[in-house]
Amino acid sequence: MQALFGQLLIGLINGAFYALLSLGLAVIFGLLNIINFAHGALYMLGAFCAWLLLERLGVGYFWALLVAPLIVGALGVVIERTMLSRLYKLDHLYGLLLTFGLALIIQGVFNNVYGSSGQPYRMPDVFTGGYNLGFMFLPKYRAWVIVASALVCGGTWFVIERTRLGSYLRAATENPAVVQAFGINVPRMITLTYGFGVALAAFAGVMAAPIYQVAPQMGANLIIVVFAVVVIGGMGSIGGAIITGFVLGVVEGLTKVFYPEASNTVIFVVMVLVLIVRPAGLFGRER
Amino acid sequence: MATPTPVAMTAAAGARRFALGFVVLAGVLALVPFAGIYPVFVMKALCFALFACAFNLLLGYGGLLSFGHAMFLGTAGYVCAHAAKAWGWPPEAAIAVGTLSAMLLGAAVGVIAIRRQGIYFAMITLAIAQMFYFFYLQTPFTHGEDGIQAVPRGRLFGLVDLTSTTAMYYTVLVIFLAGFAAIYRIVHSPFGAALNAIRENEPRAISLGYDADRYKLMAFVLSATFAGLAGATKAIVFELASLTDVHWTMSGEVVLMVLVGGMGTIFGPVVGAFVIVGIESYLSAGLTLGSVVIGPEWVTVITGVIFVACVLAFRRGIVGEWLAWRQRRRPGTPPDT
Repeated sequence: MQALFGQLLIGLINGAFYALLSLGLAVIFGLLNIINFAHGALYMLGAFCAWLLLERLGVGYFWALLVAPLIVGALGVVIERTMLSRLYKLDHLYGLLLTFGLALIIQGVFNNVYGSSGQPYRMPDVFTGGYNLGFMFLPKYRAWVIVASALVCGGTWFVIERTRLGSYLRAATENPAVVQAFGINVPRMITLTYGFGVALAAFAGVMAAPIYQVAPQMGANLIIVVFAVVVIGGMGSIGGAIITGFVLGVVEGLTKVFYPEASNTVIFVVMVLVLIVRPAGLFGRER
Repeated sequence: MATPTPVAMTAAAGARRFALGFVVLAGVLALVPFAGIYPVFVMKALCFALFACAFNLLLGYGGLLSFGHAMFLGTAGYVCAHAAKAWGWPPEAAIAVGTLSAMLLGAAVGVIAIRRQGIYFAMITLAIAQMFYFFYLQTPFTHGEDGIQAVPRGRLFGLVDLTSTTAMYYTVLVIFLAGFAAIYRIVHSPFGAALNAIRENEPRAISLGYDADRYKLMAFVLSATFAGLAGATKAIVFELASLTDVHWTMSGEVVLMVLVGGMGTIFGPVVGAFVIVGIESYLSAGLTLGSVVIGPEWVTVITGVIFVACVLAFRRGIVGEWLAWRQRRRPGTPPDT
């Protein structure tokens, strides 16, 4: 029983990262029609930003949670302005290839500079200890990760689905030309959307730093799992991306309890099954 | 084209030019063992060239970007190596069963993957390939991180001893040339023409009565089969089948080879494979530029830089740019080789 709840908790934590990353991918895809292959590398960059801020400048965890996404988001803006914006008239696959190249560059450079082994990130003092829930022990930091990422995901959903700014965004997803004609600066909106999407990845990276080692390859395998999550959820809906992320994290956690050999592959198997039954994804629509 | 040329004439001229290029390529490659070039390097490049040609059949002519083609290369390699080592099969049978396994896998994966298009297709193939990566990591017959080592090369048809590098080289050359010619034949068959039509405008092809999904699945299976032939041959040449060949970096590498050489051109993938394999083997020894030494640890970064540069400024690739340059100089020549 103890093991079951423990794995459920780990599943929820992994699910929180899947949700944050697939949410960023979905937001970017909605407006840019690009799948951001560099998402895993930028997640890693967020974690490294936090680590460097702490080790070199003594800037703590909570400031890193704010500063690292801003730095990575700014980098995203530069990437969009200098490179991605040249590709919008071409086949969408070129965006995938470009961001794949960027991922290789970022991961390769960090691998050569910091080595492939991970760097530990010291847990902030506030989060030492935990709560005894009777049936299981809940470390404070794990609780924080789940709550904080749920809040950020929920906040993003609220802004996109329920505010005026979000309505511009959704309108531009449907028909950028008409929205532009109404006097909204669509190219700037696209740039900021990409910046926001990768900032979410960096935020996830900072959250991951105290749990996992800060390593150059930490995002490489993760991003492939997140791709499968995105295929399962379908990219039509923001809420769908969030829910699918959390649920698949839990599914993965349960698999670790009942059939550990398949825990690496279960999400891919679910993807294949969903494709057979409902090719557009659980929350998707054909486009 | 400035002046309209009858289609039959264009096709005949194209076939003549291909035949000329093919003979020159075969002649040059046949002379390699006498030219003092390290034959193992050329064998490696030829295996990758066949892999890239198979990939180009799907991407360049079918318009489908698979990001998981390493699963076919790697699966065929594992099956071939296992057949040769554990079952003691002769090399021709081991390569055949390896290729067959890639073909069957291609059929199974293809049925699922062609349900979505474009970006989704790339993500699905990548995810399925990653699933097989974890499977091969855990299953006992692949020996995990070690891979299947010391695969015997054996005697081809019981006659030719492949432990001789020269015999191995000419075997690889024959396999490559046969696969290359077969892919040319497929691209320029009625099937290839229909595939081209589907890539250019799928709704129109469907309205003309073509079953687009069947053609795409067929292209996927053919591409997987030739990728498998390359992987099985590679396992015999290097006496090794390892996880490297099923990893996603390998899937990315074959995309890069086709992109560098020129997607949708017949000779492009061959050129791209030689360029990329060449760069890697130069870097593995360390390249000295003045006081800076660029070692093998920079391969990933350089691969990434080439990717970005190709996508931003060099989308036609080497052969594609050359064809476009010729087109500008002599507007009458047929556009495709």
